[in-house]
Parts: sequence; C-alpha cells; structure tokens
Amino acid sequence: MSAAETISPYDPRGSGRLLETVAAWLLAILWILPLAYAVWTAFHPPEYSARFELLAPLTLDNFARAWSAAPFARYFLNTVMLVTLVLACQLVLCTLAAYAFARYEFPGSSVAFALVLAQLMIMPDVLIVENYSTLNSLGLIDSIPAIALPYVASAFGIFLLRQTFKTVPRELDDAARVEGASAMQTLLKVYVPLGRPIYLAYGLVSVSYHWNNFLWPLIVTSSVESRPLTVGLQVFSSTDQGIDWSIICAATLMTSAPLLVGFLLFQRQFVQSFMRAGIR
Amino acid sequence: MHRTTAAIHGWLLLLPAMAILALFTHWPAFAAVLDSFFSTARPRRPRRFVGLGNYEQMLNDPVFWQAVSNNLWFAAWTIPASIALAMLMALWVNDRIAGRAFVRMAYFTPTVLPMIAVANIWLFFYTPQYGLLEQLLGLFGLPSHNWLGSKDTALAAITVVAIWKEAGFFMIFYLAALQQIPPNLSEAAALEGASRWTYFRRVQFPLLMPTTLFVLINAVINAFRMVDHIFVLTRGGPDNATTLLLFHIYQVGFSFWDTAYAATLTTVLLAVLALAALIQYGVLEKRIHYR
Repeated sequence: MSAAETISPYDPRGSGRLLETVAAWLLAILWILPLAYAVWTAFHPPEYSARFELLAPLTLDNFARAWSAAPFARYFLNTVMLVTLVLACQLVLCTLAAYAFARYEFPGSSVAFALVLAQLMIMPDVLIVENYSTLNSLGLIDSIPAIALPYVASAFGIFLLRQTFKTVPRELDDAARVEGASAMQTLLKVYVPLGRPIYLAYGLVSVSYHWNNFLWPLIVTSSVESRPLTVGLQVFSSTDQGIDWSIICAATLMTSAPLLVGFLLFQRQFVQSFMRAGIR
Repeated sequence: MHRTTAAIHGWLLLLPAMAILALFTHWPAFAAVLDSFFSTARPRRPRRFVGLGNYEQMLNDPVFWQAVSNNLWFAAWTIPASIALAMLMALWVNDRIAGRAFVRMAYFTPTVLPMIAVANIWLFFYTPQYGLLEQLLGLFGLPSHNWLGSKDTALAAITVVAIWKEAGFFMIFYLAALQQIPPNLSEAAALEGASRWTYFRRVQFPLLMPTTLFVLINAVINAFRMVDHIFVLTRGGPDNATTLLLFHIYQVGFSFWDTAYAATLTTVLLAVLALAALIQYGVLEKRIHYR
C-alpha cells in the first residue's frame, strides 16, 4: 500500500471529492449498521434492545447470561482444537505436496496436479452426503477429526505453496545439497523459511475459514464434546432461547469476538494476507 | 537410476495429500454419480440398481425445480451485484478520501465474521415491528412487512445478506490490482485529456480483467455453496421460497435420510460446477488474454 500513495491525476478534487467521500461513507455506515445494532443490543439491558436512547445504561449482563446458558467454554475449546488440528495437518501435507510439484520431475505429476486443482471447484462443502457415509464407516462420526479430515489436504494450500517454492532460486537448493543436506533438510531450512509470508497468509485464511465453517460440522457432530462454536451458537439461538435478542446478540458477538478483535488489531496483516492468498 | 529415485521421492512427498484428496474429494464425487443409479438401502431392503429412476424422481420433484430456480435467481443477483459493489468499493478506497481506513474496515468486516453469526444479526435486523429495518421504514411512514416470512421477499432478503457478506471480500482483490496499475498510465491518460470515466473504462477496467475472472470464479462457487445463513433466517421457507440446491441436498440427505436421491442431487450440483469451470477457464480466459 505504498506505491499508490503518489497522487493520481484522477484523484477526485473539489465537489467531486466531497461527493465521493459522502457516498463511500454512506455505504460504509450501511455496511456496519447490522453489526452496530447487534453491539448496541448486546451491551444494553433487554428493554433497550430496540430503543435508542443516548443515556441507556451499559451492561455486561447479557454476556454473563449467555455464557452460563450454554456450554460456550466447551465450544470455544472445540473450535480452537479444530482450527489447530486443521491448520497443523494442512501445513504438513500441503508443504510436502507443494515441494514435490515445485521441485521434482516424476511421471504423472501433471495429472496429479490436475487432480489436486479439481478440489478448487469441487470443495468438500458440497460432498456432504458421501463424506458422511465414508466417515461413518470409519467410525469417526461426532468427533473433531471428522470435522477436520475432508479439509486437511487443501488444493488451495498446495497451489499457493507450489507457486512460492517455484520462486526459490535453484542455486540455494543446490548449495544446501552440496553441503550435504537431505531433501527434507533442504525443504525445512531453505524453502519453508523463505515462504513465511505465504504461510502466515494461508494460516490466517484457513483459521478464519474453519472458525466460521458451519454446514459440515453441523452434519458430523451431535454432542457438546465435539460441536464447534458455530454449531453451538445455532443450537443455542434456535432452541434454548425464545426470542431474547439481547442474549442472542451477546452470544453472537462472543463467538465472533476472537476473529473480530484479531482483525481490528491486525487489520493490515489480515487484508494483505487475504490479498496475497488471492493473487497467486 | 537417479531419475527413478527422484520419481519415488516425488510420489512419496505427494502421497499423504493425494490419499486424503482421493478419499474425501475424488471418491465422494465418483460415489455420488454411482449412488445416483441405485436405490437407498433401507432396513430389510438392500439397495438395488434402479437405472435412471432417481433422475426421473428428480424431474418430477417440484421442490427440486424450485431449488434450481431459486439458486439461479440467487446466483444472478449475488454474482454481478457483489462484483460491481466490490469494484466500486475498491475504487473509492483507493482514492485519498477522508477516513479511508474506517471505510475500508467497514467494508471488509463482514468477511471475517462467521456467516451463522451474522445471520443471527440479520434475523434481528429483519424482525417485523421490532427490527432496525422496520424502525427505519417506520420513520418514513412505510407499512410494516414480514421480510423473511413472505414468499415475495424472503429470497431477496437472503440474497442481500449474501451480497453484504461477499462484496468486501472481493474488494480487497480489486484494491490489490488497482494498486499495481503503474502511475504513469494515469499521467499519460491525463495528458491525453481523458476523462475519469474514460480512464476507468479504457485503462482500469481492462487491466482489472484477470482479477474479475478470479473473483467471478469465487462468486460462482459461492453462489452454489453459501447456505449457512438459510439455516438461521428461513430454513428454506416459507413454502420452499428460499431453498437452494445445497440446502435441498442437506434436507434430503439428513432430514429424510434418502441418500440415493441426495447423491442424485449432488451429481447435478457437481455438473453445474464443472460446467461453470469449463465456461470460465475455456471461454472467458481466452477472451481476456487476446483482448
């Protein structure tokens, strides 16, 4: 975001600039409005949930009630375990596969690469029925690994890392080999460190994707012990609470809080990571 | 000998990822097609080959046709609207307007929130009488309306949520692409006396085409994949007015447990995605490069 700081002759001036600023702000306010509404409701007593008075008393009571009304602590733990498991497996599997595609010549590699890319279009998200029966026959239904497994070999990750590894100069690779490093050592000492920004970008995208994923976890989990936050929130807001909006808004904000706070604190990294992950 | 070892190493490195991919992507896609030719196994009635029987059932299933038309409508609005908005947002945020950081944050925030959570917020937003939308319309003296409960507006209501969720995500790709356009292009265009609109139409828009293709592919996939919010907002109702294909697959597979019919529907969805891939990579990619 530095090159663009030179002023373009097409940067709006005068009334054009005012108009553009107003329009951009109106859209921004419109975009943030549902969220602002939820924040208002969550931090005020229920009687103010649809009434806007400047001096309405603030309260954390809704959060306390939501927290004690459902096993959110357990759901948080499950989600943290889930995203950790998914990311750890993805990093290992994708790094190995990407290294093979980037630096090895072997028969069938282009066919294998095409088979990997097929997953970009046909994501596990749409294969719910068949994947359920596979995991059922493996006896893994209602467990955290069952949520993770279909996603751990990520075509997106393999593709991204392959592109990165291809930009590593061959000379660095050769130099490491001359010094007696094995293929694995070269990968860990040369390729992985050079790919750090991409790993960070991929990690952020993956964590936010799996923190937010809902349909597949809904299908394969049925108990508090394995349910992630998203499914827990849905169960909580659709059954446990009638239409107590204050408590639902509090629960909703609570489940999104870690990502939201992380995003607000590390906005630049988030935006750049998503960009980096998309451009290649 | 050396080439053989390289080949063995390559395949060994690839093996874990390929095994998982085969088990959870290639096999299920193949199994869906296979299962679509069999009946669902029931207690004391094992599955048997039924040929095109499931497809016949599908063609006579009014909910399937409703889901197809809903999904096409959903795609026809979410894809162009989210792309156009994303481009507009990026153009605005790329200019040096006041409070740019806040504006960019506001646009992007929906992207990092779970769809299931924002759906709760939107449910509250749409609530009759009580919700913010109703209150705003009330200020202008407009009558109360049950946005999610009425057949005429429910699909539009969930479409708006999808556009709201996606546009900010696509914006950052456009923003990245805009920032990579060399500044001397705008200087040259200004020297030639081109208007801002001409500069956008003749310089920026064509240079954004690769980004548009990338965003388009994502938007198409999302149009057939985004169903989380339906679970909260409408559960497919009223009267199937908001049932999308994947949601219908979920209902058939996990509410009625008719796995063979669900596999048939999955096959159709896979065919749609494959067709979209063919069109995009085959036709559009060529045109973008030759232009």
